[in-house]
Amino acid sequence: MVRLKFLARYAELVGREEMELDLTQPATVRDLVRRVNDQLPAARRLPDHPFAAVNLRHVRLDAAVSDGDEVALLPPLAGG
Amino acid sequence: MTLTRDPISPAALLALVSAPDCGGTCVFFGTVRDAPEDGGVTAIEYTAYEPMAAAELERIRAEAGQRWPRVRLAVRHRLGLVATEEASIGIAAAAPHRDDAFAACRYVIEEVKRRLPVWKKELRADGTMLWVDPQGRPAVVGPG
Repeated sequence: MVRLKFLARYAELVGREEMELDLTQPATVRDLVRRVNDQLPAARRLPDHPFAAVNLRHVRLDAAVSDGDEVALLPPLAGG
Repeated sequence: MTLTRDPISPAALLALVSAPDCGGTCVFFGTVRDAPEDGGVTAIEYTAYEPMAAAELERIRAEAGQRWPRVRLAVRHRLGLVATEEASIGIAAAAPHRDDAFAACRYVIEEVKRRLPVWKKELRADGTMLWVDPQGRPAVVGPG
């Protein structure tokens, strides 16, 4: 089971802040984005190539995702 | 290196880094600014992916500590509603000499801009709220 979080504007677009997904291993963040698009029509409003984090670290979309990971989809950052 | 919902005090930030062997201290404050050309901004609401933002701040501090081992750093980033002219971020870097203090302070703000999972929604004078996308135009999310 992977916990997927939608942050800031993405949570508004999707209408929820997080969900849990089963993934066939091995899997990448890109696989997870595809999977959530299939499962949740509102997720199609997100960009095809969002910024992402796995376990609180920035990653590329080809990063591996394992059971128990927390994956986050991040809108363009605007801190400071 | 913390996220805070309280105003950032320059004096408190300076007190965290001052030391007898530090002869140069560089302080940077980023403040919420009005944008009259866009209808006026009265405040910005900051939100974060808080556990990651805290971890990222700590990583930035560790990197700066490796590059400038004698620099003492303090960083505060606001969350919640921050009014125009108030500071959204405060950074203090103290070092034996000014070059390292300036360099470390600059490093921290640039890395914060690049890496910190924080987002902002502008509160406009007409009551609308807009997510700010630094790479594009704001997206209307409020009334109007």
